[in-house]
Amino acid sequence: MAAKKKTRPPEKTVPAAPPGNDFRLGEPYAPAPEATDHARIAPAYGLFINGAFVSAASGKRFPTVNPATEATLSEVSEAGPGDVDKAIAAARKAFGPWNRLKASERGKYLFRIARLLQERAREFAVIESMDGGKPIRESRDFDVPQAAAHFFYHGGWADKLAYAFPGRKIAPVGVAGQIIPWNFPLLMAAWKIAPALACGNTVVLKPAESTPLTALKLAELLADAGLPPGVVNIITGAGDTGAALVNHPGIDKIAFTGSTEVGKQIQRAVAATGKRHTLELGGKAAHIIFDDAPVDQAVEGIINGIFFNQGHVCCAGSRLLVQEGVAETIVAKLRRRMENLVLGDPLDKNTDIGAIHSRAQLERIEALVRAGVEEGACIHQSGQTLPAKGYWFRPTIFTETAQSHRINREEIFGPVLSVMTFRTPDEAIEKANNTPYGLSGGVWTDKGAKIFGVTGALRAGVLWANTFNKFDPASPFGGYKESGLGREGGLHGLAAYVNLSR
Amino acid sequence: MSTRIPVLKTYKLYIGGQFPRTESGRAIALEGRGGRHVANYCRASRKDLRNAVVAARKAQSGWAGKTAYLRGQILYRTAEMLEGRAAQFAEELRLQGDSASGARKEVDAAIELLIHYAGWTDKYTQVFGTVNPVASPHFNFSVPEPTGVIGVVAPESPGLLGLVAGVAPLLAGGNACVVLASATHPLSAVTFAEVLNDSDLPGGVVNILTGLRQEILPTMATHKDIDGIAAYGTNAAEQTLIAENAALNVKRVALHPADALDGDPFRIMEFQEIKTTWHPVAIR
Repeated sequence: MAAKKKTRPPEKTVPAAPPGNDFRLGEPYAPAPEATDHARIAPAYGLFINGAFVSAASGKRFPTVNPATEATLSEVSEAGPGDVDKAIAAARKAFGPWNRLKASERGKYLFRIARLLQERAREFAVIESMDGGKPIRESRDFDVPQAAAHFFYHGGWADKLAYAFPGRKIAPVGVAGQIIPWNFPLLMAAWKIAPALACGNTVVLKPAESTPLTALKLAELLADAGLPPGVVNIITGAGDTGAALVNHPGIDKIAFTGSTEVGKQIQRAVAATGKRHTLELGGKAAHIIFDDAPVDQAVEGIINGIFFNQGHVCCAGSRLLVQEGVAETIVAKLRRRMENLVLGDPLDKNTDIGAIHSRAQLERIEALVRAGVEEGACIHQSGQTLPAKGYWFRPTIFTETAQSHRINREEIFGPVLSVMTFRTPDEAIEKANNTPYGLSGGVWTDKGAKIFGVTGALRAGVLWANTFNKFDPASPFGGYKESGLGREGGLHGLAAYVNLSR
Repeated sequence: MSTRIPVLKTYKLYIGGQFPRTESGRAIALEGRGGRHVANYCRASRKDLRNAVVAARKAQSGWAGKTAYLRGQILYRTAEMLEGRAAQFAEELRLQGDSASGARKEVDAAIELLIHYAGWTDKYTQVFGTVNPVASPHFNFSVPEPTGVIGVVAPESPGLLGLVAGVAPLLAGGNACVVLASATHPLSAVTFAEVLNDSDLPGGVVNILTGLRQEILPTMATHKDIDGIAAYGTNAAEQTLIAENAALNVKRVALHPADALDGDPFRIMEFQEIKTTWHPVAIR
């Protein structure tokens, strides 16, 4: 049992009522907080290298904070270059045996991970909401089940890769460095790890410095699953740790999800090194509403499109394009609907809008909203009372916006929607495509021909027609233009983790 | 009795379906065996490249919007045109220093390659597209779509086949391109432009520049309205230049050796984006 002990740091249970905030703010619902007593968080975490938690060589640690209360949840280790080196060496050592393992056996590990995640789903959901601020309804019903589904889906691919690449010999890429963002911490870890392992690669994953906990809990779970040491290594740290990983000569591939700015730095850093790279970057999605759309459904789609996960979504429908005939109706309904959103305790099952992920992100949202007002757009904000502690931002809609406004050009990554109008489909398409981004888009209309005409003309990787923000392990996700390179999920996502030859 | 004086061709650029001289007014003398003057060809400028990108951008969506069947017909016609002028191409390759037997084989291979890709236009989306069984009541499908405007660095040799191997998969996949031709075989590139121009290929879909790689490549690599670069037979410094500057606008980059000349649907897919569309399924 000694090995078991190493993989599970000493833990404490989380107090049922997290200190710091009174969330009873006169909402028309009785408080319905999710219990936290089953969620185990250790006071401190090491780096998960070669199947065990180890301290960083420097001994440096940094806190991870609950953005809804500003309370410190745990401390995690800061991986320096030496630690990165160790993690990559462990992944390299594990690569040969892992790759030689019969493909169907590799798949069985992934199925096992999926099952363990399903078993502990609520614990992961609670910790995800505490560490990142997202509503428990989303972490419980979306993030965690999707993460489990992702492992399950890819478990099945492990012994079927020959059918995905007709006429080609398939080899794993090798050691994959993976860097993930803070908006869907566990789900992004699953998106990265599952296809990499299915295709026979080993992994060094770095979660975002502000949301490391579910990745570290996943490390425990991987050990529980009996995954051979070194196949997945999880190291925590900020940008410097990420840079050490990207620039390390021992990785064969880098997979990154995050901002376009950092993505470009990574693309430059790996240029001509022979390292493969896939990038999932920013977005500024157009959400187009035609005047023949089912209005009430469209309003729900728009609300979900921009306020899901407080708008911390790279594919958020942040530029609303409404045909002139329905613009007034849509905006009026949106403003009414916005008032009814429940903002507050992320752990409350009624909450629609949780905490903004960090002070830095809140400041960025505030700065862009100020720019919107200064540039002459008309601001509408809902009237919810904000909790005293933590980071919060009211759902916000801008009307009277121009394509040149910063709020229409820059990714805000918050609960802020800007509205523009259009007359003809051609005008909508032109405005929608007028951005360097190309991750996602949405179209609402009752006319089938118009759906295919418009979705066909939009330059974006994921298009939702009469729906928005839908995801599935079988459905490839990724961007055109400056929104990224490569796909994650589905058959197409496998290409990121194989080398093909004749 | 006087012998007839042959009428010699002026080798120009191919931009937007027209054959302009370089705006810079510069030419390079191509020398054949023994230093004999063969012809002058244009030394394209950075401005010519930018003009070519504008032409390609303007033409791209129209080309992508043609039916796959029609794109196949047009590519097939390029093969027909090349077949009809095979002797001319072989002779031109020989003038540029290739052996007579090698030249004829190269022309034949270029024709085969065009036919190969002509046949792919209406098949690759079937092979590489998917209908995705999502766990919710939605119809969900993924199809490849062209990346857009692609810069092509043709290999120095083979002069004709290398150009065709770079351009044909892009055309099959609905992309438009701006090609920097071989500096040792520029004449074949310009004459191939005539083949394209005779095949109902819309002007601007392929633009061909002749000139110096060290002059044109930096501008191609940094141009923000070029969506990707396919480079054949480049050296390490050129590859670094291309790959580093690709980060300016997240260009897609494919670097190949000069002899990567086989027909291959995965070559089409290098400059395709996967678009996934969702729609609810219900009876109401």
